[in-house]
Amino acid sequence: MTEHLLSLLTFLPLVGMIVVLFLPRDNGPLLKGCTLVVTLIVFLASLPLAFNDVFKTSAEMQYVEFVKWINIGDYFQMNYFVGIDGISLWLVMLTTFIMPIAVLSTWNAVDKNIKGFMALSLMLETAMLGAFISLDLFLFYIFWELMLIPMYFMIGIWGGKNRIYAAVKFFIYTAVGSLLMLVAIIYIYYHAVQSGINIDGFSILDFYNMSMEPELQTLLFLAFALSFAIKVPMFPVHTWLADAHTEAPTAGSVILAAILLKMGTYGYVRFAIPLFPEATQQFLPYLALLAVIGIIYGALVAMMQEDVKKLVAYSSVSHLGFVMLGIFALNIQGLAGGMLQMINHGISTGALFLIVGFIYERRHTRAIADFGGLAKVMPVFATVFMIITFSSIGLPGTNGFVGEFLILMGAFASELRWFAVFATTGVIFAAVYMLWMFQRVMFGKVTNPANEKLDDLSMREMALMLPLLLFVFWIGIYPNVFLEKMNPSLENLIKQSTSKQHVAVVEVEQPSLLTLNK
Amino acid sequence: MYDKLWLIPFFPLVGSIINGLLGKKIKNEKVIGGISTVAIALSFVVSCKYFFQLLGDTDKTHESIVASWMSVGSLQVDWGFLLDPLSALMIMVVTGVGSLIHLYSIGYMHGEEGFYRFFSYLNLFCFSMLMLVLGNNALVMFVGWEGVGLCSYLLIGYYFEKKSAGDAAKKAFVVNRIGDFGFLLGLFLLFWTLGSKGVWTIQFTEIAANAHLLESGGVIVTIITLCFFLGACGKSAQIPLFTWLPDAMEGPTPVSALIHAATMVTAGVYMIGRMCGLFAMAPTTMMVVATVGAATALFAATIGLAQNDIKRVLAYSTVSQLGYMFLAMGVGAFSAGIFHLMTHAFFKACLFLGSGSVIHGMHHGYHHAHLHDDPQDMRNMGGLRKKMPITFITFLVSTIAISGIPLFSGFFSKDEILWWSFGSNRGHWSLWLLGAIAAGMTAFYMFRLVFMTFYGEQRTDARAKDHIPESPLTITIPLMVLGVLAVIGGYVGVPAILGGANHIHHYFEPVFGEAIKLNNISAHGSHATEYALMAISVGIAVFGIFLAWTMYVKNPALPGQFVAKFTGLHRVIFNKWYVDEIYDALFVNPTKRLGTFLWRGIDVRVVDGIVNGVGKLVNVGSMLLRYTQTGYVHNYAFMMVVGMLFIVGFYILR
Repeated sequence: MTEHLLSLLTFLPLVGMIVVLFLPRDNGPLLKGCTLVVTLIVFLASLPLAFNDVFKTSAEMQYVEFVKWINIGDYFQMNYFVGIDGISLWLVMLTTFIMPIAVLSTWNAVDKNIKGFMALSLMLETAMLGAFISLDLFLFYIFWELMLIPMYFMIGIWGGKNRIYAAVKFFIYTAVGSLLMLVAIIYIYYHAVQSGINIDGFSILDFYNMSMEPELQTLLFLAFALSFAIKVPMFPVHTWLADAHTEAPTAGSVILAAILLKMGTYGYVRFAIPLFPEATQQFLPYLALLAVIGIIYGALVAMMQEDVKKLVAYSSVSHLGFVMLGIFALNIQGLAGGMLQMINHGISTGALFLIVGFIYERRHTRAIADFGGLAKVMPVFATVFMIITFSSIGLPGTNGFVGEFLILMGAFASELRWFAVFATTGVIFAAVYMLWMFQRVMFGKVTNPANEKLDDLSMREMALMLPLLLFVFWIGIYPNVFLEKMNPSLENLIKQSTSKQHVAVVEVEQPSLLTLNK
Repeated sequence: MYDKLWLIPFFPLVGSIINGLLGKKIKNEKVIGGISTVAIALSFVVSCKYFFQLLGDTDKTHESIVASWMSVGSLQVDWGFLLDPLSALMIMVVTGVGSLIHLYSIGYMHGEEGFYRFFSYLNLFCFSMLMLVLGNNALVMFVGWEGVGLCSYLLIGYYFEKKSAGDAAKKAFVVNRIGDFGFLLGLFLLFWTLGSKGVWTIQFTEIAANAHLLESGGVIVTIITLCFFLGACGKSAQIPLFTWLPDAMEGPTPVSALIHAATMVTAGVYMIGRMCGLFAMAPTTMMVVATVGAATALFAATIGLAQNDIKRVLAYSTVSQLGYMFLAMGVGAFSAGIFHLMTHAFFKACLFLGSGSVIHGMHHGYHHAHLHDDPQDMRNMGGLRKKMPITFITFLVSTIAISGIPLFSGFFSKDEILWWSFGSNRGHWSLWLLGAIAAGMTAFYMFRLVFMTFYGEQRTDARAKDHIPESPLTITIPLMVLGVLAVIGGYVGVPAILGGANHIHHYFEPVFGEAIKLNNISAHGSHATEYALMAISVGIAVFGIFLAWTMYVKNPALPGQFVAKFTGLHRVIFNKWYVDEIYDALFVNPTKRLGTFLWRGIDVRVVDGIVNGVGKLVNVGSMLLRYTQTGYVHNYAFMMVVGMLFIVGFYILR
């Protein structure tokens, strides 16, 4: 059983989708219930991964499955090759954990064409899990593109007023990046074939060990980097995010923020950096600069938003800037912080989108000015909102702090010291935009009569938030559970991104980067 | 022996969780208040045990690790606690004063809607504060550091329906975050610098043991300490980050007493004490600390001269007294700084609680008469000493203490600070002068407060004036205890020239001794100088009191004439030197404008302009190309002919 666990996880939602397609289209509760059960089963089935202690000691790929798939001699060969290590482990877990929550959030929110929505959600889960476990670049690309379709329809069909524009923008932005990546993927393959290197299809494990001339690396890296940067999204290719988030239905926003954005950051960690270490070094300062600009820019723009959802969307730009900065630090603290912050962002921002969904369902508006004084009317909601707000701000004791701290610590210990100094101002701005929004929505007197009789959180809504709250504190107080299982893989990544290097950039007088960190 | 230290913060945490989750269902105020008060009192008991155990112990530094927190490569962070004389004294103050204020709050907050919420926050605050002082490494301290900031935010915003309360809460948190930015940078730089010398640590004991690896007086240690000092400025309301504290008075009065006077705001002073080894190595930073402290002491005192809100006067007084503490730290008088921290906790907590008692009485009177006058405005008070005798006596005692009159606690600690600022080799006579002038102002505005509130004619509305009762026992008992402490608290530090043994100085020897010795910090001067300085500062204080008496008791018309004569000056001081307005113009508004520009200018116009522009370009291009696809056969035929002619022509003419 365990040898096929990953495939089981990945394709179970697809089976669920087929089941859903055969259910009667007008039975909403049945459709939603069936989808919820499938996602819950996937989550339960994924738990053995999280409890497997092998990740504490081994950086090797685990749960590996290898099946030859398409084979046209030397011209083209690709395989179904999957597996996870300590890096992809937590992203797989995040996906299986968020999906049931996202599905449960649709209970009252989605009421047109429920069948379509549920089917697309399940298809999306398959695509996302597939992308995280793929070890064959071509297989990864298939899943990567597959993700695009359900999300496009989710925004385009179930979205808000401006949904068509947002959906098309989302699609085109991502497709532009993807196409460049496709070209790069094919190029790597034929480069390997021509060099006569023994490879198993598009196996990244083989590509890792392949050396490439710096000029070639540069071009390929740029193709990958652009594609992933759009997905993250990094400044200045972030503008699809605000529209996509604002227009997407709550569940769509939650999945988009919590998981889809992580595809970009994951892409850097899994592909762009270890495949092209020299090019990474070459572009490091520029990418770090973009990350820091993203942190401050996202925060400042978020501050002035008049729509709660847009504010949360721009805050994502800022948070993901932190993640990228940590990754580019290329030392263990930075990478671990970046990885942890991916999960944190999934939890906190996912929760924030749910919260925006709660008030939207009650008031059918998201304008900050339409609210005020909700703390009096909805005390339980106020407490939950406040905890999540402070988690997003990065208060010590919550998850956000551990991630941000490790990122900044790592960046400071690398050559990105000055970037870290500027990035640290982000902790001030985060407090400004979140607390200002919180004050305008929750504090003050109820001035708008429409807000006077709002219901506090229902049992279902509490059930959505409680698991997220649990992880807010768990990761905040005892993150070692997560850190210890990603450390070996991250150490390995650091080795990969330096061992291939012909030019020693670091060793000269930077004791910090790698040599002294353990 | 010391492995149960975690119990100290644990009790209030449990109290906070119980009240937070179940308080709404419990409803009974006595039970809710009781749970919280018992929780902090239990902490006090445990603190006492460890305090006395430490007194009798020869080894003065004890650490106890509870669990690992983060473990990533060379960065190993534990949930660990540290007990030494410094943290031992702090936990005594926090749990002792904290217990009294919890008890007081039961009476003071009676009938408030969010009673349970208040006590949950108050317990959570004590938890955070205890984490701050007990943390054995900079990161656990930071947990408490930001935790108290959070509780401060929650409690300032307790009356969240008032816009001013929400604003003040947000301001407090954001300004504190500016300080935290400094704290973090200092921590990163320290970690990295020590790490590059082979020691990866953020543990206080190891930092102290390895401080010698840094270059004494060097740039690095100066930058590190300046960063940390920025953090201290935020938390302890020093120039330039002091503006949040006066606004913080929007919170209920017990909060002002506990958080914004006795404990949280002293965290910055404590932090410098905790890292005295680093600060002592950076003379430049020390000079900055001393200067900022002295300047804040004077600056805040000037504002205190003209305020009419009873709590605002006390707030500026707190800022000013914190300035003294920083002055002490800056001139190397670490133990004097912490000594003043302690005595200040007693008398200032007593003063705030006393003002709360007055407000409580005033509120009662106005409520009775169905009036909506401001119960905090001293212009509505006067003559209350007969109505509220216990409040009056304790308030008076504490006022004498803060004014630095001999035999009361404030005298000993303040005098020690002033002496060091003059005689220390890190001091300067100008620092002493600033401190002495501020001391005179303190005596003046504090007695102005006493005279306006408790003496003279009662200016309260006639309908309410006879319905101002003395407060109940839960309020007066803490007042009496703190009043006694405000008198006797100073006797642990009677200086040698007055025939004392200066116990507190010796008590702190294991904490500060090495830093002082290694960096040759000392105070020199003849006994004659010391006596003379003492006499001058007492003289200035007495003059301040006399001036207040003349203006507010003997001749109450004088202040009005004074204000009429110096209208401009009065307006500037009354409006707090317009610092808030200046900050708004310099920082707040430009940042907002920048945000709007980035959004509407860059995001919408430039980036999306390009994106949509590309889209439009494609659109327009295809629109043009569309004209070629007319669907008429003769058009296509015509084009074919043109094309053929073109090709043929091309080959012929080539």
